[in-house]
Amino acid sequence: MRSARSLTAAGMLAVSAFALTACAGAAPAQTEDIELRMTIWTSNEDHLALFDSIAEEYLADHPEVSSITFDPLPFEDYTTTVTTQIAGGNAPDLAWVLENAAPDFVASGALAPLDEVLEGTEGYEFDDISASAAELWTVDGELVAYPFSTSPFVMFANDDLLAQAGQPTSAELFADGWDWQEVSEVGASVNAATGKAGFVIRDFDYVTWDNLAAVWLGWGAKPWSEDGTQCEFDSPEMAEAFSFLHDAAFTKKSMPGPGTTADFFAGEAAFTVTQISRASLLEEAGFGWNLLPLPEGPAGEYSMVGQAGIGVLAQSPHAEAAADFLAFFSNPENSEKLAQYFPPPRESQLNAETLSAANPVLTEQQLEEVVVPAIGTGVVRPQHTDSAEVGQQVRAALDAMWTQDADVENVLADVCGAIEPLLEG
Amino acid sequence: MTTTPQALPDRATVRPGSAGARSRRPWFTYRRRDQLAGYLFVAPQLLGIVAFVLVPLGLIGYYSMHEWNVLANTFTFVGADNVERLFTDPKLVPVLQATTVFSVGLVVGNLGLALGLAVLLNRSMRGITAFRAIFFSPVVVSLVAWTIVWGFLLQDDGGINGLLQLIGVEGPNWLREGPTAMASVIVVQIFKNVGLNMVLFLAALQGVPAELHEAARVDGANPRTIFGRITLPLISPTILLTVIITIVGSLQVFAQIAVLTQGGPGVSTTVLVYYLFQQAFEFHRFGYGSTLAILLFLIVLALTIVQWQLRRRWVFYEN
Repeated sequence: MRSARSLTAAGMLAVSAFALTACAGAAPAQTEDIELRMTIWTSNEDHLALFDSIAEEYLADHPEVSSITFDPLPFEDYTTTVTTQIAGGNAPDLAWVLENAAPDFVASGALAPLDEVLEGTEGYEFDDISASAAELWTVDGELVAYPFSTSPFVMFANDDLLAQAGQPTSAELFADGWDWQEVSEVGASVNAATGKAGFVIRDFDYVTWDNLAAVWLGWGAKPWSEDGTQCEFDSPEMAEAFSFLHDAAFTKKSMPGPGTTADFFAGEAAFTVTQISRASLLEEAGFGWNLLPLPEGPAGEYSMVGQAGIGVLAQSPHAEAAADFLAFFSNPENSEKLAQYFPPPRESQLNAETLSAANPVLTEQQLEEVVVPAIGTGVVRPQHTDSAEVGQQVRAALDAMWTQDADVENVLADVCGAIEPLLEG
Repeated sequence: MTTTPQALPDRATVRPGSAGARSRRPWFTYRRRDQLAGYLFVAPQLLGIVAFVLVPLGLIGYYSMHEWNVLANTFTFVGADNVERLFTDPKLVPVLQATTVFSVGLVVGNLGLALGLAVLLNRSMRGITAFRAIFFSPVVVSLVAWTIVWGFLLQDDGGINGLLQLIGVEGPNWLREGPTAMASVIVVQIFKNVGLNMVLFLAALQGVPAELHEAARVDGANPRTIFGRITLPLISPTILLTVIITIVGSLQVFAQIAVLTQGGPGVSTTVLVYYLFQQAFEFHRFGYGSTLAILLFLIVLALTIVQWQLRRRWVFYEN
């Protein structure tokens, strides 16, 4: 009896405590107690320390904001996680947005307009933001995300591995005419001589097919028309580009085949195509390396950039405060600090001098000759509304490409068959 | 003869007394206190079921009648559109085929291997406990860690093809070719959970009375007949249990697909749960994803009912 009574009392206490807690939780938020959260995909400690220092500076002058949290999410599932948070009523106040998700975020109205806040912020120099960098993040003439990173795709070369295979240095190869056929020939020789990989399209892994744009742009190919309604995977240019890749993977063996991994930064490949932001991985590289622009294709010289924007979620209860913080986070002073990791969109900062001060691994000459021109002229990686579904359909259809006896043209026709209903819709 | 349960007398009400005594009768009687204590004991479980099973089930039904654009923050009633879409979705048939292949492969492979191991390990000999522990150990390993390690082994230049090369065999690119990709996912899952079914079978085998085997042997039955006519019928309740558990588990496979193949190559390993995840969380079609969840629920329900009904034909001890 005693135990039953004690239990009853304990239960009632627990229920009361729960009810009181619930009531307390339902109290309206105080305007002086704004807590901002920005979802990001980097968990690099140096990046986080820089963000925190900028946030602390902002908090010192804004007592109405009690905290600013940078919430790192895994890159692989980043967009899915952010969308799930929004669906669950836990939308972040600010979010990094990848270029392939940009059309969905921009067109849906998920991001709050920024022009008024940015233009109205003293010393912001809104017009300094490059129009080409802002294009993807603009809807109806209004900027809805700050393009904080415009990172070009470049080619890194392992000169030690080339020497080991009896090949010329990358500088000599570049001087002799830098094109994909040559890269593939040299890569095949490296593979035959050392067993290591020739060239690697980093992060492609026979899944992230949009990274292959760093190759097919050299053939003048594109996945769909400018307005996004017509599939162009079945164009002759795309067929030639994929024939080159298929040949490299299955005949010449200059590119690792499906299911084979090779990490350039661990010295396992002669060349890799990746974003310039990966240069930091070379700080501890135990081999001689070089930075080069993307090789030419039959269509001539070209460059490609990956972009990322920071937007304020329209659903955020603190959208105004979030936009104000974004204006501070991306002002000229902080943009210069961020430039050491993320190539900025500000024209005044897009020069070798600013970038070299922030990139100790790269020489001013490398930045001047490779990075700055690529940022200025780079085509943004492919993107489309419903990017996840379009991407999934292309990935599934392209799987047939990665077998020894694939019929390149038929596979590309199947890709178009798979995505055309989505493009037209 | 039938009996009806008699209501327990409430001690407070049978106490002798007048109308005045009755008016002093406490409301919070022993009986009510006992009842309240009972409810409080089951409350955490009930609250959990309500919050994490019943409410989501209801919401899934509600969402399936809507189209929810998370980014645009719109929630539109679409009635039966998502159900109609099930019948016109060109991917659904290959997805259901992949689901069926996976489930059949897993159930046959897992139960066959588990029963075989249980029979082999159902004997008393030196070190038998170590063998049992070895076969059971994958059950307690983290599923994702297990799958990631297998992912490395199954790569084109991974450990399995390395071993095959030692004996002069050129192995396939396991996870990149349709048939081998599905076979790989099935085998990885079989090895992960075979220990659990093995232990269940082992317990059942040890419950088979030795004198029945002895009597059969005296009657001249060979080992095969003894196994088929005596052992199998006696462990059939356990077989039913493991079949139900394994089929339901096979329809919920997700992590292995997500880690090893992401549904590829093509859609050859895109099973229903993975497709549901893609629709809801990658393509942001929560309405259609919810409809697929209902389809999965109905499939699991139907299979369980069918098995439960069929048990009468083959499960021993059951009427």
